[in-house]
Amino acid sequence: MGLLSKKDGKLILDPLADNNPITIQVLGICSALAITAELEASIVMSISVLFVLGIGNVVISLMRNIIPSKIRIIVQLIVVATLVIIVDLVLKAFAYELSKTLSVFVGLIITNCIIMGRFEAFALGNGPWRSFLDGIGNALGYAVILIIVGFFRELLGSGTLLGIPVLGDPIEKTGLYSIGYENNGFMLLSPMALIVVGIIIWVQRSRNKALVED
Amino acid sequence: MEHIELFFKSIFIDNMVFATFLGMCSYLAVSKKVSTAVGLGAAVIFVLAITVPLNWLLDQYLLQPGALSWLGEEYADYDLSFLSFIMFIATIATMVQLVEIVVEKFSPSLYNSLGIFLPLIAVNCAILGGSLFMQSREIATLGLALNYGVGSGIGWFLAILAIAAIREKIRYSNVPPALRGLGITFIITGLMAIGFMSFGGMLTGGEEEAPKEEKTAKVESKDSTKEDKVLANNIKVTE
Repeated sequence: MGLLSKKDGKLILDPLADNNPITIQVLGICSALAITAELEASIVMSISVLFVLGIGNVVISLMRNIIPSKIRIIVQLIVVATLVIIVDLVLKAFAYELSKTLSVFVGLIITNCIIMGRFEAFALGNGPWRSFLDGIGNALGYAVILIIVGFFRELLGSGTLLGIPVLGDPIEKTGLYSIGYENNGFMLLSPMALIVVGIIIWVQRSRNKALVED
Repeated sequence: MEHIELFFKSIFIDNMVFATFLGMCSYLAVSKKVSTAVGLGAAVIFVLAITVPLNWLLDQYLLQPGALSWLGEEYADYDLSFLSFIMFIATIATMVQLVEIVVEKFSPSLYNSLGIFLPLIAVNCAILGGSLFMQSREIATLGLALNYGVGSGIGWFLAILAIAAIREKIRYSNVPPALRGLGITFIITGLMAIGFMSFGGMLTGGEEEAPKEEKTAKVESKDSTKEDKVLANNIKVTE
């Protein structure tokens, strides 16, 4: 890390594993689960959150000394809502089909707890550059989980990745399907998202005993 | 009939937590004890019952394409729907503050039980989600919007009550250490969601579920899709 000091690097790397926003801080779960049936949607959602959280943290951090603490939630909501409207309009313009799949969940980035949580916990007390790094780090931590869940659900559920068949053709019975493999349609249903995240938490906590709750 | 159907649908079939995962953050964070879960659940019903009809009015008379026509002919082709996120969230944040003040003034006992949860609610995805779904599902009248708000609130209330009760009991079970707390809660919620899926076909006789199943049907072998089609035709004929 030539560009970043050790302390700043930690801001980005910590949320990726030991302080992951989804599995450890329990923030931002709503949207993480609903849109992960396909890998593409997960990736687009992650990028949207990365944008909103990165910029939002900087804006809040710049304004932190002039926001009266009584109305800070409303101010934060307005900042996020503005950024989310930008994301929504960009998606509608350049990826219309995908914005239909994501439907209301783009709007729900506003109330994504990661965003408000990081504003409250970090941006209100730190300078813009560190807040930016914190925002990027947490958004990446969110993205990691989303992409893992999306990867497994799409691979096992429909045998494709990003819409490209990777396990062979289920109708022509080529590839894995020729030896009797079947897609597990259950993975596409919403409850499996919860169970997959539960398993990720399980794996992560068995590897790092310090995270275990009692 | 329309009202009963929507009410049932919003509580069970489209349950906020189990079908759309809204309000998961507070659902997971505040479900350690039944008593606090009841408090938050009641506050959610209360706020949804107020904000959904209010946002319905906003949507109908301000935001929809052509909604401004009551102002005069020349405003008829304005489309302000891109403002809906910011308007909805502003309404919700203001209403939550107002409700807090009113409740504190007129019913201190209710304030004491709901009080700490009300500010939390402004950023609960379930509240904004309720309004956004109300908009995207094009709910037709104010009465139905109120109905939808109350119904979704009750659905959320039931979900958090159930998980809180389960979490209180599971403390006495021998869960693998790494799964304790958050992990097992996720898995239980997943299992509960599978249970709630069984409500899916109750109102429509399974017809509404058809487009979803097509996706999996495509992946299955050709023969079974044919069979499905024959089956679907049979169902239509019997109806």
